[in-house]
Amino acid sequence: MITLNGIRKSFKVAKRKPGAKAALAAMFHREYNIVNAVDGVSFDIPDGEIVGYIGPNGAGKSTSIKVMSGILIPDEGTCTVAGLTPWTDRKRLARRIGAVFGQRTQLWWDVPIIDSFDLLRDIYRTPQDEYKRSRDRLVDALDIGAFINTPLRQVSLGQRMRAELAASLLHSPDILFLDEPTIGLDAVSKLAVRQFIREINAERGVTVLLTTHDMHDIEALTDHIILIGKGRILYNGTMSAVKSSKTAEGLPVEEIVAGLYKEHGL
Amino acid sequence: MIYFKYIRMQLRSLAQYRSTFWFIIMGQSLTCAAGFASMTMMFDRFHTMAGWTYAEAALCYAAVFMAFSITECVARGFDSFSRLIVSGDFDRLLLRPRALTLQVLGSSFELTRLGRLIVGGTILQFAARNLGVAWTADKVIVLILMILSGVVIFFGVFLLGAAMCFVTVEGLEVVNIFTDGGREIASYPLPIYGKTALRFFTFIIPYGCFNYLPLLYLVGRADGHAALYALSPLIGMLFVIPCAFVWKAGVRRYLSTGN
Repeated sequence: MITLNGIRKSFKVAKRKPGAKAALAAMFHREYNIVNAVDGVSFDIPDGEIVGYIGPNGAGKSTSIKVMSGILIPDEGTCTVAGLTPWTDRKRLARRIGAVFGQRTQLWWDVPIIDSFDLLRDIYRTPQDEYKRSRDRLVDALDIGAFINTPLRQVSLGQRMRAELAASLLHSPDILFLDEPTIGLDAVSKLAVRQFIREINAERGVTVLLTTHDMHDIEALTDHIILIGKGRILYNGTMSAVKSSKTAEGLPVEEIVAGLYKEHGL
Repeated sequence: MIYFKYIRMQLRSLAQYRSTFWFIIMGQSLTCAAGFASMTMMFDRFHTMAGWTYAEAALCYAAVFMAFSITECVARGFDSFSRLIVSGDFDRLLLRPRALTLQVLGSSFELTRLGRLIVGGTILQFAARNLGVAWTADKVIVLILMILSGVVIFFGVFLLGAAMCFVTVEGLEVVNIFTDGGREIASYPLPIYGKTALRFFTFIIPYGCFNYLPLLYLVGRADGHAALYALSPLIGMLFVIPCAFVWKAGVRRYLSTGN
């Protein structure tokens, strides 16, 4: 269960003016803009649900995910994830959540994937037999066996993403944050990743918060979407309701979402 | 212990780049040896420097280089901390159920510094033999403490440098004044630089506590409280405490301002 209540977070961003003179001046005196990255965000995600968290770039998605995962302390508001306040219980929460950031890796680049898995076992202090069971299940479900002894830098992006998913689930977390897990993947890998997300949600009841710009991910996985823009929640409901509205009738999903952004002035 | 498992991982990664590894080791050893060669030439010509003999200066040099290479090897994660911040990998460390200091230490292990350590050890041996000191147990202990203390003090400086990365990753060259620059300065007995430098490197960043102060004790030139000179390496180690607080404050700042 994830609950956010009135989460607010602003950043000081240094003003940058063009030109060498301005750059020189900035070394001595800087002016700042206050940017409200997240401006009073509240929502609830019940256990065992898959939620599509969508919004244009810079909408406040990563800031709010950072708050939920204990990486960032908000200026205001309350938040509970798996019954814990993320920023006061970082280490305990870490055992309950898994995270995949599609653009970054959590595995060690130069060693066989299996070695990374083994070290993660030690980091999370997962009991040996539990780890073996969990690992074998994941290797099987994600079809990793063929390249598990290959160093990460030598596998394809699709293979890497499957390994990342496995790595994030080795310690059997209740909640999974997925940030663009299908970015750059070919069609086959995309389908495999989606299929796997469905499975762990259906079979193990893992709550999934999915951030993506690929609306087909959302369509394939869930009807529940939360739309964030300019740091505020603009829509929290079902995709089908959006689709069945008059303006959206018969349009492809990408256009519907673009229309949704437009409607909210994003 | 989990720390050693992190290190094993780093060593396995290293095994992928074997030839580069040997090249770096050779380069590292050569720079260390070259610095010592220039010291040798200097003493060859002038015999003493502000009252310090060749063997005394050599001991200083060896202690500093050994300490620095151990710290660089073990605490490379802090020395190159800006990389963790810029790449965003520090966020990943925050998602792990482990202490951050441990994870940063485990994020990098620079075995190539072994080259310097070996050259430094050779110089130390040479200096110890030519110092004209009877190596009683207490003096051997002080010598070991000198190197340990150096490791701890350099680690403190690395912590300060890493904490600075939370404020800015620009202009980090400033930190090198105190790490690489400090190492260069402290590799000669500090009094040759005059009173201001001596005071700064004794009371602010206590490099003097692990080389020239205990060195005075070793060669029997400690006037007054000899015990104080012998214990100065231990006193110098206290430096790491405020550094740890600054690091902690940096982490708190990062958690509330983000990247």
